[in-house]
Amino acid sequence: MTQTLIPAPPASETRPAPRRRFRIGGARVMHFYTWLLIAWLALPILVMILFGFNNPSGRYNQTWQGPPTLKWYRDLFALPDLTDALIASLVVAVISSLVSGALGTGIGYALGRYRFRGAGATNLVMFAAISSPELVMGASLLTLFVSMGVGPGWTTLTIAHVMFSIAFVATVVRARVVTLDRSIEEAAADLGANAWTTFWKVTFPILLPAIFSGVMLAFALSIDDFVISNFTAGNVQTFPLWIWGSTRVGLPPQVNVMGTLIFAVGVLIAVIANLRSRPRKQQD
Amino acid sequence: MNRVKRALAPYLLVLPGGLWLLLFFVVPMATMLSLSLQEGDIVNGYVFTGHWQTYVEAISDYQTQLIRSLVYGAITSVILIVLAFPVAYWIAFYGGKKKAIYLFLILLPFFVSFVLRTISWRMLLTDDGVLLHPLKEAGLLSSGFHLLGTPTAVIGGLVYNFLPFMVLPIYVALERIDPRVVEAARDLYASPATAFRKVIFPLALPGVFAGVLMTFVPASSDYVNSELLGGTSTTMIGQVIQSKFLHTSDYPTASALAFSLMAVLLLGVFAYARALGTEDVMKVAAR
Repeated sequence: MTQTLIPAPPASETRPAPRRRFRIGGARVMHFYTWLLIAWLALPILVMILFGFNNPSGRYNQTWQGPPTLKWYRDLFALPDLTDALIASLVVAVISSLVSGALGTGIGYALGRYRFRGAGATNLVMFAAISSPELVMGASLLTLFVSMGVGPGWTTLTIAHVMFSIAFVATVVRARVVTLDRSIEEAAADLGANAWTTFWKVTFPILLPAIFSGVMLAFALSIDDFVISNFTAGNVQTFPLWIWGSTRVGLPPQVNVMGTLIFAVGVLIAVIANLRSRPRKQQD
Repeated sequence: MNRVKRALAPYLLVLPGGLWLLLFFVVPMATMLSLSLQEGDIVNGYVFTGHWQTYVEAISDYQTQLIRSLVYGAITSVILIVLAFPVAYWIAFYGGKKKAIYLFLILLPFFVSFVLRTISWRMLLTDDGVLLHPLKEAGLLSSGFHLLGTPTAVIGGLVYNFLPFMVLPIYVALERIDPRVVEAARDLYASPATAFRKVIFPLALPGVFAGVLMTFVPASSDYVNSELLGGTSTTMIGQVIQSKFLHTSDYPTASALAFSLMAVLLLGVFAYARALGTEDVMKVAAR
């Protein structure tokens, strides 16, 4: 409004201000709607947080019985099974994200940097691994282990988690390798660095943030995985598997507390990572 | 020597991860295909007999669940397009400096375990839960009204769980649109609606397809939502496959069902990949 009232300075008369004419009507409605959808997405999360403070009388923690209590936060580790399940999830996630990080980085770097025979087949397998239903991947791994006579457990669980993370890590790394400015490496070579030194002193540090986000993605995929774990874990209980098993007998409020804490830590890490990466983005 | 090293480098880099994918992704699929054509049982072992009738029997026994899964998956994807498009549109064109924050809020459910947030939904939808109980107390709903165990609850859960997978690819497609293209359409006297229909929507289509791919496949093979939110009338094929593998150990039938499901889904996926390329999907998937 004010802009139309104040006469524009002469300099800008020759160059009209950029018009954003593709702003079609209904923006306010869409803005309101966006917030409505975000509220809907947050609703179950609020329920999870709320019922961590619930004071249920029976086994089932699904009706609100006040007054709010902190006792489940105090007794967070009172259920040994649940604590073990959380530890199992963390152990598998750490191992599988590191292994798939190393294996995926190799594939991602090769696909981004070199043209080679078999690149197409590698791409195809990666695409299939990303788009196959988890149910089928988990089930087929079970058939392999059954026909080999291998009982499912820690090893098979970790093997499966590495398998479904590799393609995601490789995709993230490849995206960064493709945008890599080759002249920096050439400059290093001009200054007398050999291929090995150039890679470790120049290329690798540039790729490190992408490798790190690939590993973080693998970690997040692993810790949340239920479907593939359900087929390959055997008697090992991870956090999602334990929750699944306990739904039949009533969910203890500690699950809500742990869910809330994982949520809080995850959001915190994401916010910090985003704040740290901001100055770098502005330079690009 | 150096040239040989350079030529070998990509193979040495791909080999460890490629071998892992070959052994634990490709080989299991082949094993499952083979097992679906075998006869026998868990105690006496299986023999490969090329018994393809298992497929016929499995599909005719469970066609209801198989078709229901594909229908639920399709309904979920259609609802998701309608729900997600305006949000992706608003964030891409009006989000301004806060785009990242809006996308972050859309991704918020991913910070809670998939199983746990579905259980939270069950707590919301259950008869004496925080959503229905007050409404029933106030007499706004009859006491015979249920949500849990109905197709509405299952499809609602699927829509909830996969919404971010539809918003993101559409957002990425819309974000890439050069504003000058739209301005050109307007300069050529296209009305805002025409510009949307003839310029913006076609350019957003790859994103919509990617979104369908990323929601239809997991939704139609899901068994968490139908198990936790559904009832006996909403059984999906994933539940059947899961229980045949893990409870009754009927491996040939389970393998045949799993393979049939994947064949139907992958046929669609690869038709898409051929038509539009895999790059978009991979980019979105890796976000």
